[in-house]
Amino acid sequence: MTQPGTSGLIFNEPELWEKSREGRCGISIPKSDVPRADLDPALTGDAPKLPQLSELDVVRHFTRLSQWNFCIDSGMYPLGSCTMKYNPKTNEVQAARKGFAAAHPLAGDEFSQGALKLMYELEQLLGQITGFPAVTLQPAAGAHGELTGMLMIHAWHAKQGKQRSKILIPDTAHGTNPASATLCGYRSVNIKSGSKGILEPRTIAEAMDEDTAGIMITNPNTLGLFEENIKEVCDIVHAKGGLVYGDGANMNAVMGIIKPGELGIDVLHLNLHKTFSTPHGGGGPGSGPVAVTRDLTPFLPVPRIEKKNGTYAFITNFPDTIGRMHTFYGHFGVMVRAFAYILSMGSDGLKRASQLAVLNANYIKESLKTTLDLPYDRPCMHECVFTDKSVQEYHISTMDMAKRLLDYGFHPPTVYFPLVVDAAFMVEPTETESKDDLDQFIAAVKAIVKEAASTPELLKSAPHLPKVTRLDEVAAARKPCLKG
Amino acid sequence: MRYLPHTRQDIDQMLAVTGHDGLDQLFETIPDSAKTKTGLNLPDPLSEWDLNATMEALCSQNAACRSYTCLMGAGSYDHHIPAIVPYLVSRSEFMTAYTPYQPEVSQGTLQGIYEFQTMVTALLGMDVATASHYDGGTALAECALIALHKSKKANKIAVSSLVHPSHRQIMKTYLHPSGYEMVDIPADKNGLTDAKAFKAMDGIAGVAVQSPNFLGNIEDLGHFKACADEKNCVFITSFTEALAYGLLKSPGCLGADLVAGEGQSLGMAKNFGGPGLGLLAGTQKMMRNLPGRFVGKTTDSNGRRGYVLTLATREQHIRREKASSNICSNNGLNAMTAAIYMAAAGKNGIREIARLNHDKAVYLKNILVGAGFESVYDGAFFNEFVLKAPAGFAARRRELAEKHNLFAGICLELYYPDMADHYLFCATETVSGQAMDLLAKELKS
Amino acid sequence: MKAIEALNFPSDVKYTDDHEWAKIEGDLVSVGISDYAQDQLGEIVFVEMPEIGDTFGQGDEFGSVESVKAVSEIFLPIAGEIVGVNSELEDAPELVNTDCYGKGWLVKIKPADLSQMDSLKDQAAYLEMLKG
Repeated sequence: MTQPGTSGLIFNEPELWEKSREGRCGISIPKSDVPRADLDPALTGDAPKLPQLSELDVVRHFTRLSQWNFCIDSGMYPLGSCTMKYNPKTNEVQAARKGFAAAHPLAGDEFSQGALKLMYELEQLLGQITGFPAVTLQPAAGAHGELTGMLMIHAWHAKQGKQRSKILIPDTAHGTNPASATLCGYRSVNIKSGSKGILEPRTIAEAMDEDTAGIMITNPNTLGLFEENIKEVCDIVHAKGGLVYGDGANMNAVMGIIKPGELGIDVLHLNLHKTFSTPHGGGGPGSGPVAVTRDLTPFLPVPRIEKKNGTYAFITNFPDTIGRMHTFYGHFGVMVRAFAYILSMGSDGLKRASQLAVLNANYIKESLKTTLDLPYDRPCMHECVFTDKSVQEYHISTMDMAKRLLDYGFHPPTVYFPLVVDAAFMVEPTETESKDDLDQFIAAVKAIVKEAASTPELLKSAPHLPKVTRLDEVAAARKPCLKG
Repeated sequence: MRYLPHTRQDIDQMLAVTGHDGLDQLFETIPDSAKTKTGLNLPDPLSEWDLNATMEALCSQNAACRSYTCLMGAGSYDHHIPAIVPYLVSRSEFMTAYTPYQPEVSQGTLQGIYEFQTMVTALLGMDVATASHYDGGTALAECALIALHKSKKANKIAVSSLVHPSHRQIMKTYLHPSGYEMVDIPADKNGLTDAKAFKAMDGIAGVAVQSPNFLGNIEDLGHFKACADEKNCVFITSFTEALAYGLLKSPGCLGADLVAGEGQSLGMAKNFGGPGLGLLAGTQKMMRNLPGRFVGKTTDSNGRRGYVLTLATREQHIRREKASSNICSNNGLNAMTAAIYMAAAGKNGIREIARLNHDKAVYLKNILVGAGFESVYDGAFFNEFVLKAPAGFAARRRELAEKHNLFAGICLELYYPDMADHYLFCATETVSGQAMDLLAKELKS
Repeated sequence: MKAIEALNFPSDVKYTDDHEWAKIEGDLVSVGISDYAQDQLGEIVFVEMPEIGDTFGQGDEFGSVESVKAVSEIFLPIAGEIVGVNSELEDAPELVNTDCYGKGWLVKIKPADLSQMDSLKDQAAYLEMLKG
């Protein structure tokens, strides 16, 4: 089988300012049809020292740069916990429609009914998928949603008349969880998962007390396992007056199978840029809607959207709200894409996506478990976690295998996360990869493990095909050079 | 479904490998009691063509589906977007890549963001800039937290009441649970932040002043720097209109320790308010206190130039509960957009566009005053200003929007209850003199 | 990472359970991290230092040592006032890796109570702890 990775012509390209020549300009300057009105020279400074380039200079520069990137459109990107599924192109067409893209956020409700209706309906759809009665779309990313949710838990406890000081965070939770809790003034209490890689109710019962605000659970967890005791865990936390935060970053595994709102979760954030197919953009923009139970609705950020007699309006008058999380209403452009995705998929399509995401992960797990060490040999959800134990005898690490995968034309899986296993190699294929793609990936991993024994230096010096080889991160951190 | 590649045969073969009887059995570890009984009840799936029709119908209910004259700003600005900006940033290599955690195959994103950081420092006159934040308001809230975390004693942050009202609300939301206090610095009669009132405050860890402020007026940042130094507190400046610094003295040269602002004007559509671009920059001394991602330059094992994410030990995934911010993603694609815009505009282009904005705004102010509006402040402004409207303007404004697709200003009463009949106007390079003349004529008739 | 036997633990300093060392030098006490600690951390890229004049109790966190992907807090072996910080580490944090008991020292303190030195481990006790 031919692997997709191969070498081609790679262009060099300097930094922008190395191409700059005094007097060039790459944009068309609008004609002025009004008199010049100079500002007081005491207020004006020199023009900012931006590079001076022609339009073609700029086009070549960024085209060449782009060619040094790996992306979903060029190959399989099985980053665990990141859900790098295909980003449908029709979603881009929808978001670029003038009525959406050119809309001013303060034009007024009556001139923005289309945008308001889309947001209102998206809230309803996400509520339906997660089993919650209310949703806010305002958070700009997953971590921002997490903060929003935790602020609501904080506000809820304040309203009960007694604030609490701690929050339980399992070792299989996402890395942002402790930092989000800290911003709300909570001290994180680390909870160990049991031998099966999931939470044991007994551990929670021992840790949960009346000074603990609640627990933050990622389900399926970062080992790709479903927290089977979720209902019991929620009951224990609720009995002590706590609330359950659900990190829904891994919702892609369970759409149409479970609804977090039916299991006892009180607050849940989603990542539209994972589960709902919006592009990751090389690091954002994301969107992190938060769904809540009826009890928590009064604390939702403002503005909220109300539908009355067929018209939609922003309303802000909620005395218990946590306040505002974004300058306007969140990442509307991302919401349009997610909305288009849900409408394209429908109920059966979303359920099928989850089923195939889980099938793909289990297929990889079964196909590679005799090649790589699999610390938790149990049915997985949308991702599976291996380690480098089977190649350690050749002094090969997870990082070496990851870098070698680049030469084979695959983006590596997530490495060294979750922390609960040593040297994790965490594969999330997503449902949009075909069996043929998975077979190529499996063959590549098997070939690399063979190389680990026969030609380990090939792995240690990998990657060989990309534009650059391994980079000196120590030098970058010791003497930071953050601008040119 | 065209996004799902599995054939019946694929599924059967794969299930044989995993040892399951059917797709439902894959979920055997989920207790039956946890499985949903209600199922999904979403609308029937749409074909691409039906989706187009549905979305077209929705967006036609937004006034923006027709060309309109935008005389509104307040944090979201109508600027020309050169064709190359959306064209280049839509390249799927930029759009469908993840955070550049594997630098060998992410050099495009990394060099682009490094160049973005460089150009932001040039625009703002600062030493270091992060790889971007969600928006101007959240970036400002992060700055407030930096100042408060740095201070060993003070637990208050002084914030000008002329900082964008939404930004102030975000700060309040962020600061509330940690027990920090936010004190408002009132405005004076000139529509500027009252420095005297600030001088009288104590126990202040940092002070935040926006310039041009929410009313459009240009603040005397140099004076606030001196006041901040007297109190030994962190001087934070903010902005909502990044293009202003194509013309105005940069916050850095006026002494800012931290700068936060909105970069939507640098090549991004208004998008009903998001995604925009949060900019955050600081002095060299602040480098290790800044939240979010940084790209740094280094070399590869063959000595060639390359770029990596760096100084990651400040971030939540390493410092966990001790991290000063929980921020994870940046608005990477928007930062790339701004990089392309700034590279294309260049030193002369950005200056010229900025001057045009000022020229148009001055023209608009003059003709509106000629049409019966009352000038409220006499000081300098960039592309936004406040006028008191003659009686009956609210109805005229709606009529102008409905009949002429012209959106004339934003009523300030919503934000400052004592400013009934006061409107915040904005004119950018996109507004023609003719459109403004038409407005004046309509208002006089 | 190296085997314990391959690491260097001089006998003229005392050690803490958190792998700092302390050494009496006249009226002052020098503080750094042990060879074991620097080896565990890997290549050190930054050391966060206290300011001169800061005072700390015994066992208080007084700064941190960073590698590319980890941060480790450092704790003061005995109570005292910071009277010197190793400014060379600003530009050359790698000194902590190459010479942790010499040029890679972190701070000098004026001890509040020198008898606290007795509560620290000597070379033999520290080695015993490391070997577990």
